[in-house]
Amino acid sequence: MSLPDKSTSLEEAIGRIPDGARILIGGFGVPGTPFALIQELLRQGQQSLTLVKNDANETGLGIDHLLASGQVERLITTHIGLNPRAIELMNAGKLQVEFCGQGILAERLHAGGAGLKAFLTDIGVGTELAVGKPHQELNGETLVLETALRADFALIHADTADRFGNLRYAATARNFNPMMAMAADCALVETERMVELGALAPDDIHTPGPFVDHLVELGPLSQEYGLVRR
Amino acid sequence: MSDAKLRMVARAAREVQPGMVVNLGIGLPTQIVGHLPQGFPVCLHSENGLAGTGPVLGYDEADRNLIDAGGAYVSTLPGAAFFDSLTSFALVRGGRLDLTVLGAFEVAENGDLANWKIPGRFSPGVGGAIELAQKAQRVVVLSTHTDRKGRPKLLDRCSLPLTAKSCVNRIITDLAVIDVTPQGYALRELAENTSLEAVQAATGAALTLPSDGDIPRF
Repeated sequence: MSLPDKSTSLEEAIGRIPDGARILIGGFGVPGTPFALIQELLRQGQQSLTLVKNDANETGLGIDHLLASGQVERLITTHIGLNPRAIELMNAGKLQVEFCGQGILAERLHAGGAGLKAFLTDIGVGTELAVGKPHQELNGETLVLETALRADFALIHADTADRFGNLRYAATARNFNPMMAMAADCALVETERMVELGALAPDDIHTPGPFVDHLVELGPLSQEYGLVRR
Repeated sequence: MSDAKLRMVARAAREVQPGMVVNLGIGLPTQIVGHLPQGFPVCLHSENGLAGTGPVLGYDEADRNLIDAGGAYVSTLPGAAFFDSLTSFALVRGGRLDLTVLGAFEVAENGDLANWKIPGRFSPGVGGAIELAQKAQRVVVLSTHTDRKGRPKLLDRCSLPLTAKSCVNRIITDLAVIDVTPQGYALRELAENTSLEAVQAATGAALTLPSDGDIPRF
């Protein structure tokens, strides 16, 4: 036996995504954002997308390209303060935005990835964030029901992967990537380094290969991956 | 930074006790780091997935994959750990965060905090603020006493959408240190160069004074 090889091309990986798809996109700021997969999505031009991402990147970076091209209909996010275009589109009614607490977004994705349907929490009770969500009493406490979040696809950025899709992330580039890889029907991964099976020690793997569907090895990194000089 | 801001940040730094796990909000609270003594034993948590945050680095030393939640390129202290967002907020909601220092638009005398949205003007999203405010063991607000138009930020009740209810323990401003108590706002300290009357005039709710009448200065 040997573990299957999931490597593919950028074009073929993104080509699986149809119009109207819901897509989870890793990253918190620049670290962990799959810029090459996003650029290919921009090039192929799939429309009416729903994106789930912690933030909306910054002007000229990452999913800002997809907002500028009009490919995004809806965004589920925690904070878009660094992207004036996202705020403008939202205020103009051209982009539906659903805000979610950051750890609650992580937990909703985790629930989705783990086959759960919802969970109860006291986070946000009594605030605007809980309005319209089902509430439930438990042991004398009022709690809000947060639903699990899954998607058709996840776009993931890894530092190192083997050909089966065992992944390692670098520093704070891990962020939402592990939960998102779990919560999609089809997880598409770009990796800075591709290593042979067995090169990653089983104890050192952040995302186990069974969560990954297709893998793309990146060539030289574009400028988007570099430092943001403010 | 103005003298008044330096003074309030230096005062806020004294809230950080040895051994704590602390999250410093974006903006003024982040400046607290510069006021901690060399080698001070504290673990700074950054909600994007880091415990053991070290000083900010220049671009020549920066690692493109290593930022704090405000996007600054930071270093790590020996013993630091990286983790995903799920683990990061398990740490917050699970009660492992001893202290958070946050900014505010408004605070109410029952400890309600509003710091994420001004309807029609500012609504970038709540980020991690709800969970930090609701679940840190101690919540200190570090903010100017009044807004840019001179209106009080410390009110009897908030008019803006809340971040979390009854969460604030202490407020440190350019004018005063004020605790939230079951009896409402209690004045603890006054800044140099201000008066009790000035603080009362700049506060939108009643202030309880120390019973012995002696108010320390900072």
